[in-house]
Amino acid sequence: MTAATVVSGLLAVEVPYWAASIIKVGVVALVIPTAALVLGYVFLMKMMSFMQSRLGPMEAGPYGTLQLLADGLKFLQKEDIFPAKADRTVFALAPLVVLISTFLIYVVIPTGPDAVVAQLDVGIFYALAVSSLSVVGILMAGWASANKYALMGGLRAAGQLIAYELPLVLAVMGVVIQAGTLDLQKIVTTQATGEIFGWDGIGNPFILTQFAGFFIFLVAVQAELTQPPFDMPVAESEIVGGYQVEYTGFRFLFFFMGEFGTAFAFAALASVLFLGGWALPWGDLGHWGFNIAGPAIMLVKVLAVSALIFWFRFTYPRLREDQLQRLAWKFLIPLSLVNIVVTGIFKVVL
Amino acid sequence: MTAVGNAGNITDRNGGSLADQRQQLAYVATQAADARLNVEIETEGMTLNIGPQHPATHGTLRLVARLDGEQVVEAEPIMGYMHRGYEKLAEVRTYPQVTTLINRIDWLGSFANEVPFILAAEKLMEVEAPPRAQWIRTVLFELSRIANITLFLGDMAVQLGALTPVFMAFRDREFVLNQIEAVTGGRFHPNFDRIGGVKDDLPKGWIDDTKQAMQKIRDFCDEFEDLVLGNEIFQSRSRGIGIVPPAIGLSYGLSGANIRASGVDWDLRRDGREALVYDQLDWKVWTHPDGDSFARYWVRLQETREATHMVDQLLDGLPSGPIMAKVPRIIKVPAGEAYAATENPLGEMGYYIVSKGDLVPFRVKIRSASFSNISITPWLLRGVYVPDIITILASLYFILGDIDR
Repeated sequence: MTAATVVSGLLAVEVPYWAASIIKVGVVALVIPTAALVLGYVFLMKMMSFMQSRLGPMEAGPYGTLQLLADGLKFLQKEDIFPAKADRTVFALAPLVVLISTFLIYVVIPTGPDAVVAQLDVGIFYALAVSSLSVVGILMAGWASANKYALMGGLRAAGQLIAYELPLVLAVMGVVIQAGTLDLQKIVTTQATGEIFGWDGIGNPFILTQFAGFFIFLVAVQAELTQPPFDMPVAESEIVGGYQVEYTGFRFLFFFMGEFGTAFAFAALASVLFLGGWALPWGDLGHWGFNIAGPAIMLVKVLAVSALIFWFRFTYPRLREDQLQRLAWKFLIPLSLVNIVVTGIFKVVL
Repeated sequence: MTAVGNAGNITDRNGGSLADQRQQLAYVATQAADARLNVEIETEGMTLNIGPQHPATHGTLRLVARLDGEQVVEAEPIMGYMHRGYEKLAEVRTYPQVTTLINRIDWLGSFANEVPFILAAEKLMEVEAPPRAQWIRTVLFELSRIANITLFLGDMAVQLGALTPVFMAFRDREFVLNQIEAVTGGRFHPNFDRIGGVKDDLPKGWIDDTKQAMQKIRDFCDEFEDLVLGNEIFQSRSRGIGIVPPAIGLSYGLSGANIRASGVDWDLRRDGREALVYDQLDWKVWTHPDGDSFARYWVRLQETREATHMVDQLLDGLPSGPIMAKVPRIIKVPAGEAYAATENPLGEMGYYIVSKGDLVPFRVKIRSASFSNISITPWLLRGVYVPDIITILASLYFILGDIDR
């Protein structure tokens, strides 16, 4: 059940292990820059511009569509600068750690009955675990830059990401209890074949029963992505970009891709967990056609969730670090615990 | 009514006692010392250099803050990175040439900079501008106030991390700038005020256009009252942050909306001695009892709305007549000294002119509002968190050109 199976199914050829591995690597390596480009263009450039009564980029390509490619090329031409007192190895590795953590999430996200790079039995557990790896990269960047602003940004990021890991996991717990599995693929099929009070017209997308979990998940994701209202680690007007402050050129580009790639990945996780993933509640789920239609269905849902995420981003002011911690520990975590208890009771009773 | 007379009616929210506050600070310090002893870890403070190149200092203010974690132990503003020597330059320019220069002091409300200088020079020359010129002056004065403060309303939001309001502020500020441009020919630096009157009369159709623009600014104010002031995050970031007790504010020489937000009912438009036409208008001075960053924003928003009503009234009552008094072609100001101060967008702005009877002033002392407003920061920043530095600086609202001159 891999992406390679899709290819072998479509072309009616057996794909050897080495070729399958290359295809998998290629898929993941292509999807992330594309995802970052799509989100960056649609939301960061156009949606934000329209909200702020301006047009955004209009010159590079039709309607400015190639602006991010032009920006990427520009970044590649920049000199690779190391600050004089920086810890060179750690400084150079930090953006890679962040980017790798983003890459690793994509591995388990299913986009069709066979269109998944690796189907793990503990998929969601794995995805949440590797997504927290980025904290290590951010701390490395903050420390190795030998800059006070970067250090403050890195420490803020560490405190914030640890605080928000908990509500994120607890919000997912509700879904896991209801689906009875950690496997993302099975979570999708459970939603498509489920029923609400005996009615199976639209399956049972978990957003209907786990609305509290969805809300907590979105808030925690916002904090994980360090976006407003929780962008203290990069706070432009306070600590001038935080851990990114000393980075230029392609290393900065890596951070940028990591940021938008992770946004895309979390939106994809949210649509798998709460919106039914690649499946539609009608039709035969095992049909090979879903391998083609699935990614398209996913994309629609992902864009809808990211629109929500970025809408918050462009609307709200920034909280203070202590206010953020208070929100996490005193509101979100109790709320998600209550959610788990209620879900558990219903699971046993019904 | 003088400033001193008004300062007597101070209502201090915290019971009015400076002693209480000192006691509280001492208590906090003891607690902190105890905490350090208890864990037997004492970390060295970190010195953080904020600026001169920092987005929150709108220009080149430098702030050296000694931090304990994210808490400020002490902070000191260092100014002078944009010093352009206007007081000295004014000594080698004739009186009409000086207005070009002082346009650039507070560059967001440039016309307002010219008025007190011209008023001081008129005092020395003992000429008085005809009524129509006075009214046009007052209209433009209020328009530059709106142009200045609308930008603050967006800017403080962007300092707190909300990206969108500042673009709305720029969008709606444009309506006012267009009206200023239509009269004076300059959007930022009008250079329009003359000793004895103003340069030109109002263009045709200007009054109706301006009234429409004022309606748009009122809509803008309503929107921001809802969008920014009504936002819970904005409130939690600004309420109770950077409280200026009225007595402390007065002792540091705060003026304008900063002191009115501390509950001091003092406005030079009403209480000053300068002969603009505010006494013929129906308007009110807004004050807020809290003295925190939220109050400063609130007061400025109300003042912007009040200014639009004042402009409407001014345009309705505009008298006819000449726009220039009789003044000689070559202006020589008789020997003497004069001081004139007006309520500029940022606070009290005054010029003290010493003349020896030449073509050029002998000495000009510029009293700019931001210089005094920023001087309270070492007192205000003690013990706050790093993000609150930004809130407090943004809410005190200074323009670098107005600090350094």
